[in-house]
Amino acid sequence: MCLAIPAKVVEVPEDEDSRALVEVVGVRRHIDTALLRDDPPSVGDWVLVHVGFAMSKISEEQAKDQLRMLAMMGEDTAALEEAQGYGTVETSFVGPSPPDWMKTNGGPLQ
Amino acid sequence: MKYVDEFRDAAVIKKAAEEIRRLADPSRHYRFMEVCGGHTHAIYRFGLKDLLPENIELIHGPGCPVCVLPMGRIDDGLSMARDANVIFTAFGDMMRVPGREGSPLEHKARGADVRIVYSPADALKLAQKNSDRHVMFFAIGFETTAPSTALTLIRAKNLGVRNFSVFCNHVTIIPAIRAILDSPDMRIDAFIGPGHVSTVIGCRPYEWIARNENKPIAVSGFEPVDILQSIVMLLRQLQAGEAKVENQYKRVVPWDGNMAALKAMAEVFELRPYFEWRGMGFISQSALGIKAAYAEWDAEMRFEVPGVRVTDPKAAQCGEVLKGALKPVQCKLFGKECTPEHPIGALMVSSEGSCAAYYNYEHRKRPLTTIDTTVSVPA
Amino acid sequence: MSTATPKIRFRDAQIEMAHGAGGKASRRLVEGLFAPLLVSASDEPLGDAALVSVNGSQIAITADSFVVKPLRFPGGSIGELAVNGTVNDLAVAGAVAQNLVVTFVLEAGLPTEVLEAEVRAMALAAQRAGVSIAGGDTKVVEHGKADRMYITTAGVGRPIPGLSISARNVRPGDKVLLSGPIGDHGITILLARGELDLEADIRSDTRPVLPFVQALAERAGAGVRWMRDPTRGGVATCLNELARDCDLCVTVFEERVPVHDGVRGACELLGLDPLHIANEGQFIAVIAPEFADAALAAIRSVPGGEDARMIGEVRAQPQATVLGTTDYGGTRVIDMLVGDPLPRIC
Repeated sequence: MCLAIPAKVVEVPEDEDSRALVEVVGVRRHIDTALLRDDPPSVGDWVLVHVGFAMSKISEEQAKDQLRMLAMMGEDTAALEEAQGYGTVETSFVGPSPPDWMKTNGGPLQ
Repeated sequence: MKYVDEFRDAAVIKKAAEEIRRLADPSRHYRFMEVCGGHTHAIYRFGLKDLLPENIELIHGPGCPVCVLPMGRIDDGLSMARDANVIFTAFGDMMRVPGREGSPLEHKARGADVRIVYSPADALKLAQKNSDRHVMFFAIGFETTAPSTALTLIRAKNLGVRNFSVFCNHVTIIPAIRAILDSPDMRIDAFIGPGHVSTVIGCRPYEWIARNENKPIAVSGFEPVDILQSIVMLLRQLQAGEAKVENQYKRVVPWDGNMAALKAMAEVFELRPYFEWRGMGFISQSALGIKAAYAEWDAEMRFEVPGVRVTDPKAAQCGEVLKGALKPVQCKLFGKECTPEHPIGALMVSSEGSCAAYYNYEHRKRPLTTIDTTVSVPA
Repeated sequence: MSTATPKIRFRDAQIEMAHGAGGKASRRLVEGLFAPLLVSASDEPLGDAALVSVNGSQIAITADSFVVKPLRFPGGSIGELAVNGTVNDLAVAGAVAQNLVVTFVLEAGLPTEVLEAEVRAMALAAQRAGVSIAGGDTKVVEHGKADRMYITTAGVGRPIPGLSISARNVRPGDKVLLSGPIGDHGITILLARGELDLEADIRSDTRPVLPFVQALAERAGAGVRWMRDPTRGGVATCLNELARDCDLCVTVFEERVPVHDGVRGACELLGLDPLHIANEGQFIAVIAPEFADAALAAIRSVPGGEDARMIGEVRAQPQATVLGTTDYGGTRVIDMLVGDPLPRIC
């Protein structure tokens, strides 16, 4: 079970309850947001869509965190060995170049 | 695609695969079960087994809501389709699943009005647009999909749409996992937990697996990186002698689940005392039925269903494959009498069924030790 | 060279939609019922067009039916499909379409303006493709049949000199070339039916592929082993037919396959694989490796061919299989579907 796709909320009609227009790489669909009524999504939020309903909001912070953790996989051992050698402990983001939306240097976050 | 591409990045996948190789203890044989059929599909679709060391075995669990539906229930649903006034609606996943007298699509070829919908909300809209017909929605799915059906029923009641009903076949995941763990012939070391079901039920319902059964479980997303990272988490836990519930899919799964979804389900559904799972027998409190307050929208109340139990052909080993006791290829009918073109059981039809996944994505793949492109084939 | 394919006898009790979808069921019908009864025995695998000899001259001949709902959709209409489809079948058989004949099956009650619009579309498409329409036939059926209109076109063409197209020519090491992004047509139709409430900026890719084939023939003709247009059933079906006919492995480098964003998004949402979706303006060519660069350059030099890519290669093993490989080393078998691709939620 469970084909669910991350989609961006592009419109939240004022006159309709629990509805939003979402977009995934240019494909648009109206979805029902009643399952998120305790914390309704706004334009720009990303939600997980399953059978035309928003199941959850996607946390950008958690996603970034996860990617950071992945980038550091295996590095912690290497870093520790290096630290023991040089007396400093450093961690840095290594791995594939981060997607644009992860850069927090003032660039636009989608 | 944001939140998808990053988790399909080749470099990150390779890194995760390396970490798995590093962590896997060569003296151990690991048996990890991915509960959800969506994970089974992803594993095959992305070729993830190719990235795992030989001593990590992935066992496919029963989390395929189409596969666990006994043929009798499909027949029940299709009996409603034979009424000329009925528009039979279901997800695409159901359309080729065989009943005793054919699948929904075969019924359509014989004149029944059978239509695919993407959402239960679309089925309700169809009812609103066709007030002279009755629209029946064949609902399937675990807890991921049940809230959407619940909301649709609530909406139907609030709007007073009377020409609409739901044939409810929603099942719940915890009893299925319990049945696996209670099964004497199953040895599972750890679980890859169903990420999307967990957006609804959260991570707490799995705590007994860690606490009472002492098995690690990582609630996992569905992209290659998610699944591999979950395996990393399980290996780390096993290495440390731990058993706990970890949320790998934090970007989407709330630990406490979705209260609004659970409330909607509680309003509309109640647990059936027992329900038959294909190949696994009757499991108590494992499926949802529609409450009396919504009886008017319950297809089992609106229609006379035959309710006949249909047993699978003796040679078909759907149940054992569903539980993970057998690999698809070990079923005597696999690839011979049972193929996607003429399936015997739903595991060969459903996109998540392990037999279909194996047949479509894996079956003819032989171990490619060397790929020799200089060999010339004699004319 | 190729191992004999077992005779498939058609045992289905009735015809289903799947038999027209271009996948396994279609193949069973053609090979199990039509071919044994209608086509004279030959070693040559069935292709998009046939080469026949008339008065000592070789001509290519083909026919195709067009059944589409809705009749008009972003990027085209049934009339255009009817012309381009047959022109393309001839092109990928290595022939320049010369004359078409057209038959119409029209539903009583069809507004004349709808018919006129399609006929105008056909005239325009024929002009663009450089074919002339030599004649045709019309039948009218009762209201409720024929889904407004069905069009069949049959065409004849002159074989392009220097091209020898056959699956038997294919060798391990050959490259697989795709003319452009896939899935546009099928997804456009799916969305145009309006049942899924999805909107996207996608258009059918219907167009004649003849100009690309001609450029290919001119600059790399000696290296062209095989061609086909991936219509119903998509690229996956085409490549499976190839793999089976040449009894080799066709390997697809998944990340290299071009897909427009909108098609990708719709496929992800609906659980569809772009490789199974119909195209009406693309073709696949298998090219000998020493001609691969020239072939790609040839197609890219024609307007509309800029997105052509080398998407795979032929290998010896596993035989009769299409394999998808990824940059991270995961592999999967890419099979034909039984029938039409169906949206899924699981």
